Amino acid sequence: MEYFLQQAINGLTLGAVYGLIAIGYTMVYGIIGMINFAHGEVYMIGSFIAVILLALLGAWGFPPSLAILLIVLLAAIPFTSAFGWAIERVAYRPLRGSFRLAPLISAIGMSIFLQNLVQFLQGARNKPVPTALPGGFTLMEAASGFTVQVRWLQIVVVAMTVILMVGLTLLIQRTSFGRAQRACEQDMKMAMLLGIDVNATIARTFVLGAALAGIAGVMVAYYYNVVHFYDGFLAGLKAFTAAVLGGIGSVPGAMLGGLLIGLIEALWSAYFSIEYKDVAVFSVLVLVLIFRPTGILGRPEIEKV
Amino acid sequence: MSPLHAVRDAAIAAFVALAVALPIVGVRTVDTGAVLGVDFRLDWVAAIVATVFLGRLCVLLWMGRRERAPRQAGMLETTALGWLALIGRFLAYGIMGFALILPMMSFADRYVVDTATQVLIYVMLGWGLNVVVGLAGLLDLGYVAFYAVGAYSYALLAQNFGLNFWQCLPLAGLFAAFFGILLGFPVLRLRGDYLAIVTLGFGEMIRIILNNWASFTGGPNGLTSIPRPSFFGLEFSRSAPEGEQTFHQFFGLEYSTLHRLVFMYYLILILAFLTSWAVGRMRKLPVGRAWEALREDEIACQSLGINRTMTKLTAFAIGASFGGFAGSFFATRQGFISPESFTFIESATILAIVVLGGMGSQVGVVLAATVLVLLPEVFRDLAHYRMMVFGLAMVLIMIWRPKGFIGARVPSIRLADFRRPAA
Repeated sequence: MEYFLQQAINGLTLGAVYGLIAIGYTMVYGIIGMINFAHGEVYMIGSFIAVILLALLGAWGFPPSLAILLIVLLAAIPFTSAFGWAIERVAYRPLRGSFRLAPLISAIGMSIFLQNLVQFLQGARNKPVPTALPGGFTLMEAASGFTVQVRWLQIVVVAMTVILMVGLTLLIQRTSFGRAQRACEQDMKMAMLLGIDVNATIARTFVLGAALAGIAGVMVAYYYNVVHFYDGFLAGLKAFTAAVLGGIGSVPGAMLGGLLIGLIEALWSAYFSIEYKDVAVFSVLVLVLIFRPTGILGRPEIEKV
Repeated sequence: MSPLHAVRDAAIAAFVALAVALPIVGVRTVDTGAVLGVDFRLDWVAAIVATVFLGRLCVLLWMGRRERAPRQAGMLETTALGWLALIGRFLAYGIMGFALILPMMSFADRYVVDTATQVLIYVMLGWGLNVVVGLAGLLDLGYVAFYAVGAYSYALLAQNFGLNFWQCLPLAGLFAAFFGILLGFPVLRLRGDYLAIVTLGFGEMIRIILNNWASFTGGPNGLTSIPRPSFFGLEFSRSAPEGEQTFHQFFGLEYSTLHRLVFMYYLILILAFLTSWAVGRMRKLPVGRAWEALREDEIACQSLGINRTMTKLTAFAIGASFGGFAGSFFATRQGFISPESFTFIESATILAIVVLGGMGSQVGVVLAATVLVLLPEVFRDLAHYRMMVFGLAMVLIMIWRPKGFIGARVPSIRLADFRRPAA
């Protein structure tokens, strides 16, 4: 039981991160119906920006602390947002309205380009991240002596995710940008006729997704203390799986899917085999798609002739 | 767009470029013991920002001038289409002829023949995937899985049961087709993008299993000393075992390692031609027609009584079996395989070849495969930039020609010209 609880806590932390990345996929898919393949790379770039800023601050004589942690987190947001905007502008906007596979190929190209760009600029080796906010507290202790530990960082990750989710929900429900975004999602042509700047709305969606992915990247860099240029691919793939699992196009679905994927991954690694955890995640995806193709919270898509 | 607007727009672009470049380009982390040190490259950032600003300005001013001349379209394009088809046919024969005589050319040294073989492997893979993506319109991002299945089935059959290449080839195709059906059966009800991601997951799953099932597949170390094929029983080695002859002894030639390379080249050329021929024939069969009809309109197909699942499954299985053939050829050519060779980037490359080639065009696949294989070869000296250029080229080519090099989708069957009744 204690062992299970410990794994569940780890899984939820991981799941919160997947959820944050998955939101970027699901929003972009909802609005323009494409898989933004380069999204995982934005997350990876977020991690790298954390490494760079921490190294920079370290060189200027600021040791890592909670304040520095939050400053880096905030400072990383505009940078990853710029990446999101630039990717959309360069690789996707010129292809709007062309046939379905073209933006996907362009996105795959972008993903390969960014991965190798970061490798070229920052080197292929693992980058260590200094430990910030060490320690935690003991949640409970079993008779056998097994203790359930909660790290402070896990609390930061989960709390941050909750705050972001609340903020995002408000943004989508209450602001004019949110309204424009939902309108574009429902019917882009009609939204355009009603005077919504569709291009700007799509660009903002990309920026929002990239900001969330960047935050996820920064937090993962703190959490795992190591960053590599290839990290974005698998994390992106799993986040996309999470988005599909939760029902693509649905923001709460993406978060739910992320948490489930995180739990499945942690529990599978704990009870079965760590080598096959990715296989388990993809198998879950296949099963969900067979039995509930719209995902958990997705609406069925009605095909009209 | 007025010059003032252009300057403002370019300034915004430059500002974004600054934000993009500042941390990642401007600061380089260096490993110095326990803590990371930093190293500045602000001159690079300045260069990038200036380039973006000036580039954007030029594009805007140039575009502004061009906007006023509307393009003439319509009649011109239909005749151009006819010409394109004609040129395409000549090009096809030209390429075929060139491929046949390539190893006899004076410039054909080891490197050229080897690279040409590489191109042909991708051509064959492209034609195989074309059945799934180009003809049936199913987006498959895990095609490399079938390539891997083909390669591993040849290697394992040859090592464990002592079968030779020609016995293994059909078996490898069969295994790959079986995996195609295995994957296809549960997922073919899904719509395009879901299908894409599941196939991608499937490709990764196969790779992870190959990597971890060490007792069977050799794990990350892969399988070594995979037997080479022989020319009707004649080995391509310096000396034959007792009582047998090698290729060069039989034909009374001087021993040269080029013989095997040229043989490999013709082997894959024949396989590729067979693929092309088979696909061309299949397009004319009912099932081939059904593939293309399904791509165009699924609902119309269903209402005409085409079995959607079976049609898609055949496309998957047949596409997969070509992948399997190419895989076993790859295994025998390399003599060594490991999961490293079957990563997602391979799937992406093959898909890029199909899409760049123009989805369904056979000649297009050849052109795209040549470009995508030669591109990294040309940039081989710049090893660091190789994949970067590859990714960037994928983006730029897509923007330049979203429909691929040969983008005209010519229907493989059309109604006979019907005359309009005279009024």
